[in-house]
Amino acid sequence: MSVLLELADVRFAYPGRPPVLDGLDLRVQSGDRVAITGPNGAGKSTLLRLLVGLARPQAGRVLAFGSARTSEADFREVRRRVGLVFQDPDDQLFCPTVLEDVAFGPLNLGHPPAAARAIAERTLERLGLTGFAERITHKLSGGEKRLVSLATVLAMEPDVLLLDEPSNFLDEATVGRLVGILGALDQALVVVSHDRHFRRRVTTDERGLEAGRLVPYVPRCTYAEPRLRDAAE
Amino acid sequence: MAHDHALHRPLERLAGASPIAALDPRTRIVAAVVWAFAVVSFENLAVLTAAVATALLTARLAALPARATATKVLMMDGFVVALLVLLPFTTPGTPVATIGPFTASAEGLHLALAIALKANAIVLMLLALVGTLEPPALGHALARLRVPASLVHLLLFTVRYVAVLTDETARLRTAMRARAFAPATNRHTLRTYGYLVGMLLVRAAERAERVLDAMKCRGFDGSWPMLDRPRLGRDDAVAAAVGAVVLVLLITAETALVRTA
Repeated sequence: MSVLLELADVRFAYPGRPPVLDGLDLRVQSGDRVAITGPNGAGKSTLLRLLVGLARPQAGRVLAFGSARTSEADFREVRRRVGLVFQDPDDQLFCPTVLEDVAFGPLNLGHPPAAARAIAERTLERLGLTGFAERITHKLSGGEKRLVSLATVLAMEPDVLLLDEPSNFLDEATVGRLVGILGALDQALVVVSHDRHFRRRVTTDERGLEAGRLVPYVPRCTYAEPRLRDAAE
Repeated sequence: MAHDHALHRPLERLAGASPIAALDPRTRIVAAVVWAFAVVSFENLAVLTAAVATALLTARLAALPARATATKVLMMDGFVVALLVLLPFTTPGTPVATIGPFTASAEGLHLALAIALKANAIVLMLLALVGTLEPPALGHALARLRVPASLVHLLLFTVRYVAVLTDETARLRTAMRARAFAPATNRHTLRTYGYLVGMLLVRAAERAERVLDAMKCRGFDGSWPMLDRPRLGRDDAVAAAVGAVVLVLLITAETALVRTA
């Protein structure tokens, strides 16, 4: 199994704040399906941003596809092979129409317009979004936006897919659809999620992010018993 | 909802198939710009009336919906109406009418009429040629006409994010109302609106950063690749020829009439 992405002894702090990530190690191999969970503000999104160079660590190393990555040019290459799906689809979808948005990545990869259009159409079809091509992105529903933003990244056929809270704000049917889509992918996955059920269905390896490091996941859900519903009966 | 109001419905959705729609967006933009420059330079009222008629005819050709178009043109007229009413009284010249202590001059009246005709001829033509373009098509055409990329991106991003900003404003206002905020004429209201605007600016700036990050993740490096490849065709050549003939006719009439006057 080849190592695709690696963070080695990474430290990251936002200006004027104590470090969120400190001595963190992560290794993503092909076929891995890693879930990362942790308290709000623990640095989960930051970790994803470090992997694609949207943030740079103050210490430690970022490795991707066998070489150390430090400069913007290094990461430009990484981003062609690592897809990041943002938490808010409105951040991701910026073209007027769905088709243009899905074709944006393939065009950036250097595909000629006709090929990019074909790739976009194929990707939409694969995700069961046929008929969405000419829709206006800002008029989509929340669930549709989420699926289309996944399509915009999958159209680039990345080797690794990073997902930031993909099941947030989705209804059960759409979560089910998302689980189906992600389950059928052969890419390595790194999923940041608070949704325990979702993590179980999509990933094989759960980690917690605590005090700046990744640790084996231990459920912390300690709801007071008896539950309200039982009490009411 | 405001979006459903006829005023806000974009013309490109109302206008049907037409000879104008078959033209390349670039042809339409260039034609509208040339038209605007030509019309601004005309002075003769007969020529300007002919120009308005030409613009009306083009609007007809573009299958512009009459009512929605009229509303838009009247909105523009609303902006200049104060100027038009005042001009006859403020321009010195031969008196033609007196209202109380104010005297209207023939020169002023002529000027006001000319401005009204020019404005309407240009706006009608703009609506017919450019207003019927989808904003993205307009952006792409401008890019192909070598308008600076940053301006084109600005236009395209505005098209995409105006709705997001409107929604954000609505959410913030709802949140304010939910905590019993009622605007009044006092410092509290002013301060609250200050916060609202400030918060919108901060959020917009942050969102801009996230959008740029998301674009970088998909390989964006400053150039915006485009899907469509419009070609200038026979229709464009015919339209350009017809347009040129009309323009030459108008310019000839203007030169002849102004010289004899």
